This record gives sequence, structure tokens and C-alpha cells, in this order.
Amino acid sequence: MSISTKDVRWATAGTMIVDGVTIDVAPGRTLGLIGPNGSGKSSLLRLICRLRKVESGVISLDGVDIATLPRTDIARRIAFVEQQATTEAQVTVLDVVRLGRTPHRGALSPWTALDDQAVDNALSHVGMAHKAHQFWHTLSGGERQRVHIARALAQTPGELLLDEPTNHLDIQHQLEILSLVAGLPVTSIIALHDLNLAAMFCDSLAVLHKGKVVAAGLPEEVLTEALIADVFGVRAYIEKSRFHGRHHIHFHCG
Amino acid sequence: MNHAISGRGGWRLWLPLAILSLVILLLALGLAVSIGEIAIPLSTSLKALSNGVLGTQFALNTMHEGIIWNYRLSRALVAAFCGAALALSGAILQALLRNPLAEPYVLGISAGASTGAVAVMILNVGYGVITLSTGAFVGAVVAFALVSALAAGAGGGADRVILAGVAGSQLFNALTSYIVTTSANAEQARGVMFWLLGSLGGIRWPDVYMAAPVALIGFFICMAYARALDAFTFGADSAAALGIPVRRVRLVLLGLTAAMTATMVSIVGSIGFVGLVIPHAARFLTGPGHRRLLPAAAMIGAIFMVLADIVSRIIIPQQILPIGVVTALFGAPAFALILYKARRPV
Repeated sequence: MSISTKDVRWATAGTMIVDGVTIDVAPGRTLGLIGPNGSGKSSLLRLICRLRKVESGVISLDGVDIATLPRTDIARRIAFVEQQATTEAQVTVLDVVRLGRTPHRGALSPWTALDDQAVDNALSHVGMAHKAHQFWHTLSGGERQRVHIARALAQTPGELLLDEPTNHLDIQHQLEILSLVAGLPVTSIIALHDLNLAAMFCDSLAVLHKGKVVAAGLPEEVLTEALIADVFGVRAYIEKSRFHGRHHIHFHCG
Repeated sequence: MNHAISGRGGWRLWLPLAILSLVILLLALGLAVSIGEIAIPLSTSLKALSNGVLGTQFALNTMHEGIIWNYRLSRALVAAFCGAALALSGAILQALLRNPLAEPYVLGISAGASTGAVAVMILNVGYGVITLSTGAFVGAVVAFALVSALAAGAGGGADRVILAGVAGSQLFNALTSYIVTTSANAEQARGVMFWLLGSLGGIRWPDVYMAAPVALIGFFICMAYARALDAFTFGADSAAALGIPVRRVRLVLLGLTAAMTATMVSIVGSIGFVGLVIPHAARFLTGPGHRRLLPAAAMIGAIFMVLADIVSRIIIPQQILPIGVVTALFGAPAFALILYKARRPV
């Protein structure tokens, strides 16, 4: 297993946000985390890259407890793309992507050809090489998200965590970002709101509800009308799509 | 326009620029020791400096040499170190708080340091054991802690930090005034009020020996954390995800900022806007990467303060303005400009 969590708990201000979560992600696969607002998706991602410390339970990377790893070692393995992170600094696309090399460099070590290569690869992976010298504040929402992913890829991670990467993007860019991530040769965990996108792009899904995993497995096993009614409180009708062969969810209103 | 945040490319430009700015700083220092009530030719000043530093044997008027060495040079050097330290403090605070308006004066750190220094000076807190600069340091840390707590309590965010800084400055300025009006005699009060506005009068060599190591060591510590500061571009969580030990970096750099501010306040009083405006000017030249920004800010800060000191001495004949008045006259409009540029697009 690439990333696994065992009975992980985390609370803030007396409220249990992540309540005994156990998940496994196989190397190279994409796991979708779904669940309503406040179900603990973002918190779980932050626990996995150790931005927060678990209260109990173990998170392991290839069987090694991440609590025993130095922060730099974690950053060399796991890259994290936050939701909507922005800046007012006058940075260019290239500046941002180069930040991804931070965990690989000492305080005094010079920039190397290897760093250049990682940055160039990352930029061309997300199709932003031609905008490398453009300023951050001139980019569209979709472009910013792609630059964040390039910055994460420049870390040359084995694992990539993304917190709702498609939020506030139009449908074209949502599809573009998710097919980009699904095609990357890394293990990824994506927190997603859109159930149809989750069904289309993820190898497996874990459904979080009030901090607990209430279902996990292949998308077609997990996404049932009963579960959607239970967790999201809406009525749904699910069929296999005639277009892409994955499950498609129709929602009833009222 | 390619402002590289890391060290690639452009380093061949680096050395000539460093030498150029050093030459400008030396010229500014030369001017500073030449200009005054007794005008000394620049050539005499440069020769005197060369006699002292390089061991040359130019024959010079001993009175001129005495004025240069005993009064004007120490004053100019303190101005330079003070400008560098304040500019570095501003650059650090702007990066860590991700706030273009952050600086020691705006955040109330200078006001807190003043209160601490005044408490030692006039109330004799610490009974002579605690030095002026230690008192200022304690005041600076207390002020920063209070302003941070206020800002966090108000929900965080860039504008909340500034509002909390305004509240903190008002509080500590009031405390300082309270101490001065209730406990100081008339002579002390006049001295303190002049010092509070920022004054380089009465600076002698011992002040240089205090300002120089703080500014120089501060500079090297900042440089060691330059890449960590870059990693804060998208916030603390993003820095942590890049492997930066966020808590340690914050502790070291905020402590350093408090120490640099406190030292300078205890020597020259609180001088506003240098920490705010100079990092922006430097960023305009070097781009946002801290490996270039920090040295540039330190250099420009040093040159600016030396020149501001000259202006404060010559703008009104027969009278010396507090240097804080001069920096505010330049700084307040620049502050307005930055505020205007940082406005959110509607």
C-alpha cells in the first residue's frame, strides 16, 4: 500500500472532525474522497501530509509511520494542493513552480540541472510551459489550479493530495484538471464535491460522513441510491452511462 | 520581465550591483560626514575615512578629522545600520504575515519597544540591571504578542492585523505618555519626547558597537531563512507542505524582528515607514525572491536612512529635525501609494 490510515482521529475545539478513519490507496491509483460539507475531507488530507497531527491512529507511507519522518522527507514524497491558495506577491508561474523544489534543496545548495528538469517537466505536464513568465495575478482560475498542480509535480512526489481542485472552475476546466490528475503516474487522493466527476475519474471512492468512512470501494459499488439518500439527504437515480460506461447519477428535486 | 524567485540566472549581474550599491552607500556616508554646521569638503572626508580605515597618511585639519571621527561618522553608521535593520524587519513581517502593509511601526512593535525603553529610563524598572535595549525588547515582544492575539481574536486577515496594530500603537503610545507625564521631570520629558520622534542626536561610538552586530547578525540569519520565506508565498500551510518547519521559522524570525526593532528603538527612538516602504522599493528592483530582496532591502534601507539624516540636518538652517519626521514625510505618501496599489480589484 502506498498511503494507508488506520483508525485516525482528529478533533478541534472539542469537536471530532475525523473519527476513526481507515483507508488504503494502492500505488498509482486515484482515490476520491466524497462527502457533504464538513464531513472531514479537507482535515483528513491535512492529516495525511502532516499539516496537522493525528490525535490517535497511524498514517503510513509504504508501511512507515509518517509521525516518525522528518517534515522534509514527507514533503519529498507527498505533495498537497490546497483549495484556492492565492498570493498578492508579484510572482511568475515559474517562481511558483520552482517553490516545489524547496524540500529537495538545502539552505545553501545551488539550483541544479535536476531542479530545472523537474520544473520543466511539471510545467509541460500541465500545459503551462508557454506561460512560464506570466505573472500569477494575470492567470485565470483554471490556469492557477494547473500551476498549483505543476508546483506539486515539481516536488516529484510519489503521492499527490488535492483538496477540491475543481471548485469554482467551469466544466471544461473541471474535466481538464481531473483527467490531467487521473493520468499522472502518481498515487492520488482527491477530495471532490461532484459525485459524477468522482465516478468518472477515480479508481475507488471513500465516502465520509461526520468524520467516519461510511462506504469505500469501486465507484459503482459505493455510489448507490440508498447511500446518497443517507449521506447527502437527496434522492437519486443511478444508471450506467451510455456515453462513458461509468455510473451516472441523476438527482431528483423536491 | 523574469523575476526569478530562486537563484538561477542573473547572478552575473549580482556582483556589479552589490559593488555599485556599496559605492553609493560609501558616498552617502561621505556626504553625511561632510555636511553639517561646519562644512567639510567631501575630499577631506574621504581622506579622513581612508586614513582611519586604510591607514593612509593624508595630512588633514585635526579639528575636521575630530568632528568626522567623533561625531559625524558614528551618527552616519548608526543611521545606516538602523535603516538596514528596519528594512529587513519590514521585509520579514511582510512575508510571514503575507501582508504588504506589515512593518514594526505599523504593527505597534516600535511603540511597545518605546514603552519598554521609557519604563527602564524613567521608572527605573529593573533597578539598573536591565538595560535600555532589554527593556525595549521585552516591550516589543509584549506588543507583538498583544497585537497578534488581537488580530487572531478579530478573525485574522490582513486588514485585521493592521487594525490590531493601530490599536496596539495607540495603547503603547498612551502608556509611554502616561509614564512620561506622571514620572519624568521637565528635562527628562523633553529629552524623551525628542527621542520618541526618532533622533540621531547624541549618537557616539558605543551605539555603533550595539547597532552593528545586531544588524549584521540579523542579516545573516535572515539570509539563512530566505528560501523558507519564499515558501510562505501561499501561506503557512503551503510552506509546511513544502517541508518548512513553520513554527520554528516563525519563532526565530519574529524574535529576530523584535530584537532588531528593539535595539534600534533603544538607540534612535521609533522611526516609522522605513520598514514599510523600503522593502517595496527593493521588491520593485529585485522581484519577490528573498535571496535578492533581503540584501537589496538592507542596502537601500541603509542608504535611505543616511540620506534622510542629512536632510534632517540641513532642511531647516540652524535646526535639526527629528529623523522620524523626515522618514514620515517621505513614508506617509508612499504608504498611501502602496495602500492604493494593494486595493482589491472590484
